[in-house]
Order: sequence, then C-alpha cells, then structure tokens
Amino acid sequence: MFEKALVGSKRYWTLIFVLLGIIFAGFITYLFQLKIGLGITGMSRDVSWGLYIGQFTFLVGVAASAVMIVIPYYLHNYKKFGRIVILGEFLAVAAVTMCLLFIFVDMGQPMRIFNVILHPTPRSILFWDAVVLSGYLLLNILIGWNTLHAEYKGAPPPKWIKPLIYISIPWAISIHTVTAFIYQGLPGRHFWLTAIMAARFLASAFSSGPALLLLLALLVRRYTSFDPGREQIQSVAKIVTYAMIVNFFFFLLELFTVGYSQIPGHLHPFKYLFFGLEGHGRLVPLMWISVLLAVFSIILLVIPPTRRNETTLTVAAASVFLSLWLDKGFGLIIGGFVPNPFERVFEYWPTLPETIITLGVWAVGFLVLTVLYKIVISVRESVGYEEVAH
Amino acid sequence: MYDGGKIITGIVIFLLFALFPIYSNFGKTYKPPKPDLNTPEIQKMEVKKCVEPKEYMRAEHMKLLVDWRDAALREGKRTYINSRGESYFISLQNTCMRCHSDKKKFCDECHKHAGVSPYCWDCHFAK
Amino acid sequence: MGMDRREFLRLAGLTCIGIGVGGAQLFVRARIASSEFAPTDERLNAERWAMVIDLRKFRTEEDYQRVIDACHRIHNVPKMPDPEDEIKWIWTEDFEHSFPGQMNPYVPPEIEEKPILLLCNHCTNAPCTRVCPTKATFKRPDGITAQDYHRCIGCRFCMAGCPYGARSFNWRDPKKFVKDPNPEYPMRGPGVVEKCTFCVERLEKGKRPACVEKSNGAMLFGDLNDPNSEVRRYLAEHFSIRRKPELGTQPAVFYIIGGEDHV
Ligand code: HEC
Ligand code: HEC
Ligand code: HEC
Repeated sequence: MFEKALVGSKRYWTLIFVLLGIIFAGFITYLFQLKIGLGITGMSRDVSWGLYIGQFTFLVGVAASAVMIVIPYYLHNYKKFGRIVILGEFLAVAAVTMCLLFIFVDMGQPMRIFNVILHPTPRSILFWDAVVLSGYLLLNILIGWNTLHAEYKGAPPPKWIKPLIYISIPWAISIHTVTAFIYQGLPGRHFWLTAIMAARFLASAFSSGPALLLLLALLVRRYTSFDPGREQIQSVAKIVTYAMIVNFFFFLLELFTVGYSQIPGHLHPFKYLFFGLEGHGRLVPLMWISVLLAVFSIILLVIPPTRRNETTLTVAAASVFLSLWLDKGFGLIIGGFVPNPFERVFEYWPTLPETIITLGVWAVGFLVLTVLYKIVISVRESVGYEEVAH
Repeated sequence: MYDGGKIITGIVIFLLFALFPIYSNFGKTYKPPKPDLNTPEIQKMEVKKCVEPKEYMRAEHMKLLVDWRDAALREGKRTYINSRGESYFISLQNTCMRCHSDKKKFCDECHKHAGVSPYCWDCHFAK
Repeated sequence: MGMDRREFLRLAGLTCIGIGVGGAQLFVRARIASSEFAPTDERLNAERWAMVIDLRKFRTEEDYQRVIDACHRIHNVPKMPDPEDEIKWIWTEDFEHSFPGQMNPYVPPEIEEKPILLLCNHCTNAPCTRVCPTKATFKRPDGITAQDYHRCIGCRFCMAGCPYGARSFNWRDPKKFVKDPNPEYPMRGPGVVEKCTFCVERLEKGKRPACVEKSNGAMLFGDLNDPNSEVRRYLAEHFSIRRKPELGTQPAVFYIIGGEDHV
C-alpha cells in the first residue's frame, strides 16, 4: 500500500520537496544547537522551557483529532464518520510524532534519551508521558494502517483491531491528562497549580484537534477527488463548537478563582500575560489576540448560518486553531515561569534558530501527514469508498 | 522482476559502504597500542601495579570506572577495596589520573587505536 | 513455504525486539568478585544534614563574597557573561524576593536591605527528585539532594519543579568561563543541570561544606535528627525561618534573620 505514496502529481511532489527543504534547514540548525547547546534558544535560567515544550503541549491536544471521530463512529454507530475516521487517526499519528520530536529537541543530552527506559522512574510524570504518547502513536498507526489496508483489499478489518480501537479511547484521554499532570502537580508554580488544568487540556484538545481536521478535510476536498462529505464536516464543526465553549468556560473559571481570591502569587502570572508586570509585557498582544479569536470563533460557530457556510466555518476553525496555539503553545508555558520563584520578571522570546528548528519539526509532521493522507486518498480513488457496517 | 538493474546497483553500493572498514585496512600491518606508564607517580612505585591486575584493567577498566562512579555518587561509598585487599579513594581525576598523569600517551594511545573517545573529558580534568 | 511480505515484516520486527532485549542483557555488569566498596573512614555522617545561616553575622559585602567564592571556586562554577545563562550554587537576593509574601512595608530597613544567602534547600520532600525521569537527582539517606551529572538528560523538569530557583542549566559550554579551575573537582558540560550538593565530596573526606568553613561561624552544619548537634542547639535558642514553608517541601536550610536584639 505504501507504494501509493510514491506516485503522485506534480503538486504532490512540490509539496513533499518544500517540506523536505524546511526539514533540512531545521536539521542543520539542530546540529548547530547540538554543538553550542540550548543556549541558542531564548530560554534562560528563569524561563527554562519555551517554544519547544509549548509546541509539544499544544500538539498533544491536536492528537485528540482521532478520538473525537472514533467515539461517534464506534460508540454511537454514527456511520457517516467512517469516511473521515482514518483522517483523524493519521492526523493523530503526525501530531504525536511531532510531540516526541519536540521533547527530543528540547533535551540537553539527547544521546542519553534511553536513560528514561534504562532507569524507569514511575513517580516522574514525564516517564508516564513517554509511555502514553508512544502507546498512542503505536495504537493509531496500527489501527489506521490495518483498517485502511482492509479497505484496500475489500475485506473487513482484522478482528484484533476492534479491542485496540476501544482501548484507544481512554488512552487518548490519558495523553491529555498525563500531559496536564506534568504542570499541575508542581508546588510553587502558581499558574499551573490548578485542578482544572487537565479538564481544560481536554476541552482545548477536543477543539484544536477537530478544528485542524476540519481544515484538512476541506483542503482534501478542494485538491483531490475524495470528498470527506459535507455532513461529516458539519458534524465535526459541532464538536468543535461544544468543546470550544467548554474550553472558554473553564478559562473563565480560572479567571474568577484568581481574580476574586486575589492571592498575589496566582494573580501575577495572569497580570503578566494580559496586562504586563513591572513594565514587561511581551506576551500581552498575543494573549489578547488569543482571547479575541476564541470569542470570535465561538460567535461564528454558535450562529447556525455562519457554521453552515463553509467559508465562515473555515475562518472559525482557523481562529480556534490559532487561538489555542497561542494559548497553549505560548501563554501556558511562559505564564508558569514569569514571574520566577523569586517573584521577579524575566521575559522570554524565541530566537531565530529556535524558530527554524520548530518549523523543521512541524514540517516533519506535515510530511508524515501528507504521505499518509496521500495513501488514503489513492486507496479511496482506486477502490472507491463504501459505507460498511463495522 | 522489474528494476533488476537498480537493485543490483543498490546492492553494490551497500556492499561498498558496509565493507569499508575491511578494505580500507587491507595491506596495513597491525600495530598494537603501547600505553606509556612512564609517569613520575608510577616511577616512584616499588612494585608497579594498578588498582587491579593489569589484564583485568585492560579489559574491564570502563566497567570499573562506571562502578566507581555509581558507588561514589549514588551509594556514597568512595573507598574501593580491591581484590588484593588494598583501599583506594574513588576518583577519576585524583586517583587514576594521578598515576596515569600523561593521558595522551596512556589513555588516548589505546583509545585512538580502538576508535573510542570517552566523553568523560568533557568534564573531568586529566591534569 | 508461504510467507507473505507482511508476515515477514512482522517476524523481522519481533526478531529485532528480541535482539534488542538480548543486547540489553549484555549491559548488566558484574563487579570483580573479590572487590568491595565502602564509605571512607573520614566520612562525616548524619541522619539528616541541615544548615543554619545566621544572617546577623553577615555584616559586610565581603562576608558574603568570601562564602560565595569559596563554593564557586572549588566547584568550578562558571561566570557566564550572559545573565540568561547564569549558573549559581550559592548567591544573594534581597529579603522581599527571597521570602515572597513575608514582606510588609514596615519591616526595619536593615532587614529590607539585607542580602539573604540562598542555596539549594535540600528539602526533605523535594519536588525536583519527585519529577526527575531518570533519578539523576535523588535523595540520599542522609537528606542531601544529590545530583548525578552522568545520568542527567537535560529535560529541566527539576527546574520547573524547584520552588526556590536553586537549579541552573548549562545552556552552553561553561569551561571557557571558569577562570583558574580547580583540577581536583570536575567541570560540567553543556546540557546538564547543576546545583549545590552540600559538598558531598568534602563530607566524604571529613570536611564540612566550603561555605560553612569560610563563614567564620555564621553558618552551621549538622545533624537535624541529633538533639545535641550544633544546629539543633542553635535552632532551639534562636527563632528561625525557612523559605516557602507553606509548600510542604521541608527545607533543610534555616535562616536567622535578626530581631532578637530589638525585643
Ligand atoms: C597507584 C597508581 C595507579 C593508579 C591509581 C591507577 N593505575 Fe592504572 N596502572 C598503573 C600501573 C603501574 C600499571 C601497569 C601495571 C602492570 O604493568 O602490571 C597500570 C595499568 C593500567 C592499565 C592497563 C595498561 C596496559 O598496558 O594494558 C589500565 C587500562 C589502567 N591502568 C587504567 C587505570 C584506571 C582506569 C585507573 C583508575 C580507576 C587506574 N588505572 C588507576 C598504576 C595506577
Ligand atoms: C590498554 C589500552 C587502554 C588503555 C591504557 C586505556 N583504555 Fe580505556 N578503553 C580501551 C578500549 C579498547 C576501550 C573500548 C572498549 C569497548 O568499546 O568495549 C576503552 C573504553 C574506555 C571507556 C568507555 C568508553 C566508551 O565509549 O564506551 C572509558 C570511560 C575509558 N576507556 C577510560 C579510560 C581511561 C580514563 C584511561 C586512562 C586512565 C583508559 N581508558 C586507558 C582501551 C584502553
Ligand atoms: C557532565 C559532566 C561529566 C561528564 C561528561 C562525566 N562526569 Fe564524572 N563527574 C562529574 C562531576 C561533576 C562529578 C563530581 C560529583 C561529586 O563529587 O559530587 C563526577 C564524578 C565522577 C566520579 C566519582 C568521583 C570522582 O571525583 O571521580 C567518577 C568515577 C566519574 N565521575 C567517572 C566518569 C566517567 C568514567 C565518565 C565518562 C564515561 C564521566 N565521569 C563523565 C561530571 C561529569
């Protein structure tokens, strides 16, 4: 089946080579980072995690694309999602691949990565995160590949796939929960020390993942002969709507707790992010853009005509994605470090090499995604898609 | 079979790479490394002996060092009592390298030969 | 024999895993049978090491600098030119920022302006050791939060976990920035986290931590579990505070800030 990825139009190959070019640039910059050290990034003694860990956190969310399609399809027998369930699973594969790469490029001693396995430490949440993420990657590769292969052969998928699919549902919940636990269990990081963190992670994951899936489905329809289906896209839009509203509600809960209790340690990170603190406010514009986009997208999604209109829906989904990217990829991480444990403000901003490496990892993700989607589409083009009972 | 030509070319290229160490050494005579023990500290010794028998050291010094490291740092045990019952203070810099003070002519001599470059010297001084 | 490609790949995969597991076995090392490891004879022992810093006895800038230099010199702590890359094991910070939340506008000026000497607290319930994914930082039975630079993967989870900002990461190679290094103690390389270790390497040789030794009695070091130790007797006589006690980390560094003369 993989051979389907090796024949394609000129546009397909142009995309592949552009991505390879970005990956190459990222790789060269990474070699530079290996040589000099993480000092080439904007991180410091005070803000010791930055863009890389932010991207990792955000992309764990994107990986939820799979489960929000799998649940209706397999648990509620919503057959229409049969057309796109594989798109969700392969998007999850690409997203988790990027997650693992972002952890890797963030390490000071990447050669020692196997120490995590050689000296397993179950009391460390990072250990569990490595376990659940690689498990989720494996699950989605197995499920996606085998169901597609069955479709290709015109046969029902192998029986052993079914239990894996059911396992993948709680497993998906676990990747967000465990990732949130990395942050929310640390004493002294007031911004992260909130019980709603994991719940908010889930809500934002269930909006950002399906939002990206929705955009990809529209792209697929535009540029290929495979149509994911109008009704399917509308159903995904509804999922995004609910999840985004819940996400925003959780955000308001945080604001209330912090704003009404007025405990300085908890208040300061919010002040820093949204208004600036002690004359430092680099993230202020980003955070307001994030909030405004969130509100804007919710309005577009809630009003039925704008949700049904695919142009405004595209704008809404893109807003959701961007809003959550700013919120998770930037604000969440930096807010945990500013102000620092001494209640002093030292700011962070990514450097150029750091940005190139980040783009390189994203390009790897998109390469994986492009190749996998190409296979799906070629298979569908060759055998046609029929809705089958599963 | 299609693309037979390409496959054969591929195999040839693969073999060229895989066998590189063999043919690149072809015709060269084998010279065993000669680690130099001529340092002031060793000259002073009446019986010239290492922390363990020479054969053991030659074959197992990397394991010994790792054991030293873990005993010192993780178990808080910085005395090594060797198979002869003699005690040594555990320290790479202050014990091994005090005797083997000429790192270039001792450690590196063998390592260059064996094609290993221990990363210890990123942090540890060799005097 | 019929074996299709997929079957073959699956078997090949399983074989690889098998070889991997077998290979890992080879790493299980045996120590030479008749050799042994033991603590050194001179070793200072305690059930629970702790430190008391009597800041009243630090009067001049020189008092602080002497202590800081003693530590940073023997441990080859670099002076990084860029403050973002800063590495410090022991340093000073003003009262307000050392004890956030304890400040009020009416504390005596001599306390408001007093530099506080900060270092790793060697917490009993240390968050850094809890979060480390490789046990590169771990609690020793004597209460010291130890650091194994050989195992650290540089993930910096411990830095996020530490509520006291006691940990520094080597963002770049520190070697160039150590003037006149101490050849008896190792350096660090880029990509690992470091911090104060209560001078474990000195305790093994029967010496107290370097800062304590150079403090002319302003810093005490001893066993918190021994009611007759110097630190316990001192703590019984003077009112002491710890940093961020509300977090439940149980710091082992106690501060005597002053005030008694005024009562
Ligand atoms: C007291 C001085 C002394 C100390 C300490 C010492 N060595 Fe040695 N080492 C020697 C001497 C002398 C020999 C040669 C022994 C012989 O010829 O039997 C030797 C031999 C060796 C050899 C074998 C060289 C060969 O020619 O095969 C190795 C490897 C070695 N030492 C490594 C180490 C390491 C690693 C340490 C620290 C763990 C160490 N030594 C500590 C004195 C010392
Ligand atoms: C007799 C030759 C010899 C001498 C002398 C010698 N070594 Fe080695 N050493 C080797 C060989 C051969 C290896 C590679 C072993 C392997 O890969 O199995 C090695 C490997 C090592 C390793 C592990 C490196 C790795 O990447 O696996 C360390 C650490 C090491 N040596 C330290 C020392 C030190 C320190 C000295 C000097 C005090 C020293 N060696 C002297 C032959 C020598
Ligand atoms: C990242 C820097 C770094 C690297 C790389 C490193 N070490 Fe160390 N090592 C240290 C430091 C720092 C200590 C001292 C810790 C202490 O005494 O508390 C130490 C201590 C040790 C000790 C025990 C006590 C002593 O003073 O020697 C041994 C043995 C040791 N290292 C062996 C090795 C070997 C063998 C290698 C290479 C395979 C190595 N180290 C690589 C930093 C490093």
